[in-house]
Amino acid sequence: MSAVADVMPSVAYRPAEAHAFRAADAEFLYLVPSGAIFRMEGLGKEIVDRLRQSEMLRGEILAYFSNRGHDPDEIDATIDELDQAEVLTSERSKPPAPVVPLQSFPLQRVVLNVTNQCNLACTYCYEYSADRIAQQDGKPKYMSADVAESAVEMLIKESAGREGLHVTFFGGETLLNFPVMRSTVEYARRRVAELGKRIEFSLTTNATLLTEEIVDFLSEHRIGVTVSIDGDQELNDKMRVFHDGRGSYSVIAPKIKDLLKRHRTNSIGARVTLTSQVSDVKRIYRHLTTELGFDSVGFSPATASPDRLYHIGSQKMDNILDSFAELAWEYRDYAVAGRQHGFTNVSDTLKELNAGTNKAYPCGAGVGLLGVGTAGDVSLCHRFVDSPVGKMGHVKDGGVNHQARGEFLSTHHIGARYDCHTCWARPVCSGGCFHEAYIHYGETSAANLHYCDWIRGWNDLCLQILGEISVRNPSFLERFDN
Amino acid sequence: MSRLNPINKKARKVEQMIVAASGDVEALQKKSKANPGRIYYPMGCTLNFTPGWEVDNSGGTAGLCQPVERDLFDCYLGCGWPAQVPDHLNNAPDWTDKCAAATNDWRNVDIVFP
Repeated sequence: MSAVADVMPSVAYRPAEAHAFRAADAEFLYLVPSGAIFRMEGLGKEIVDRLRQSEMLRGEILAYFSNRGHDPDEIDATIDELDQAEVLTSERSKPPAPVVPLQSFPLQRVVLNVTNQCNLACTYCYEYSADRIAQQDGKPKYMSADVAESAVEMLIKESAGREGLHVTFFGGETLLNFPVMRSTVEYARRRVAELGKRIEFSLTTNATLLTEEIVDFLSEHRIGVTVSIDGDQELNDKMRVFHDGRGSYSVIAPKIKDLLKRHRTNSIGARVTLTSQVSDVKRIYRHLTTELGFDSVGFSPATASPDRLYHIGSQKMDNILDSFAELAWEYRDYAVAGRQHGFTNVSDTLKELNAGTNKAYPCGAGVGLLGVGTAGDVSLCHRFVDSPVGKMGHVKDGGVNHQARGEFLSTHHIGARYDCHTCWARPVCSGGCFHEAYIHYGETSAANLHYCDWIRGWNDLCLQILGEISVRNPSFLERFDN
Repeated sequence: MSRLNPINKKARKVEQMIVAASGDVEALQKKSKANPGRIYYPMGCTLNFTPGWEVDNSGGTAGLCQPVERDLFDCYLGCGWPAQVPDHLNNAPDWTDKCAAATNDWRNVDIVFP
């Protein structure tokens, strides 16, 4: 008998908050809020199953399972462990840990919107479409080298003790301002070398302006590249068009092949925006991997108000989840066989689930990441650059406005998103994208309720995949450990 | 090890925390295989109130009814209870370096001065 049982035989136990799922003929529990995942079997599983019917006093649990032939000491020890792991809860379970306010949050990454211009006119673009929030009047079209260097200095200053820094180049179409991108990479490399820190770079581009010279530069500086492309010619050209309406596929396909062939020093991924017209996930994935040669492809639905034609309605979202599932099971098959699969939506989610992430914020925006506009305005992230919302200072005028940033973080903490408090997916979702919420509800602090079913469906699917891999090829999960 | 089957990193941390929190003086909690239900005590353990290996009536250890060396490793390594032997973890990690087999080499185990 444990000391607890001796002292408190009349404590009542019930299952704690968790999401149960099955995979590979085994049962698992995803615990909320810790994010821990346990495979349930033996006496522990029997106890939890019994308590799902009704809560029981400790003495009753002991009597119930003793009568079924279990050793009382074993029952006792099992209850204690389930209680400590927060699989069970009781009135004497630990009080919730006090919320520690974020006192210091060193910056890790800045996203430089080096231009607000673009040579494409994609229908869904959040910078130019009917849902745009950026107010670019009076802002320069291109960021100057001087502003970009000040942004690097701000990153260095705000990074405090962080060793590794990151600069992402973004637009508009980033390569319209390649000269500043190049000079900034060289400047930042020199500066961090002086300080003994490390720096990495990444670039998002529509690939229309790639040249041999640019590809060589990207390769030489190990710059990670994300290419926006929506699939084969027919699908890509529905939304991704030049200003005169011509599709962009025939221009970018040869450039992408050249990029993939000659730039081998960092990852190059495709990023697909799904809309009501472009949603054939498997067809897009096949084309981008086998025809063009991408190793990794990520998909994301366009952010749009519900009344836009390209907005994906809830019925269509269900269909997309089905096609995501089809491709995700293919990922599972690859993983079980020890092979890499390029569907990054799965690998990104598995990474978080494997770590047991429990987020206070949905992403790094405002925490470790800030966006910088062409004029040097600092904002919540690249999606809020030059908008009246999410302003957080100026790179030359005092850098980060810590008061604005602190106020934003205190009002956008998961603790303040009440709608999320009963959802089992909150450790990974944490309410969802601030920009998406702003477009849909006019409030960055709103929870993205239109995505809840999708998020839960997706996380349940990825949990099943994780569970199955843990049974059939557990060593595969080690690649997510770092 | 616990009775839980952790499958992700967070769950392994939770398990480690539980094992660490429940860690105790293990030697005194082992169940005796010979007498199920009863706790295993090392032979000659001072908790048994046997005339163990404190000192004999002359203040030495030569006249004890049980030799001091008999439980050497039970106390020195396995038991965290404050016993009258040097402790292996903190103060005397090399106390038995010259004592490969206690039955033969017990004379090499010397007095420790704190």
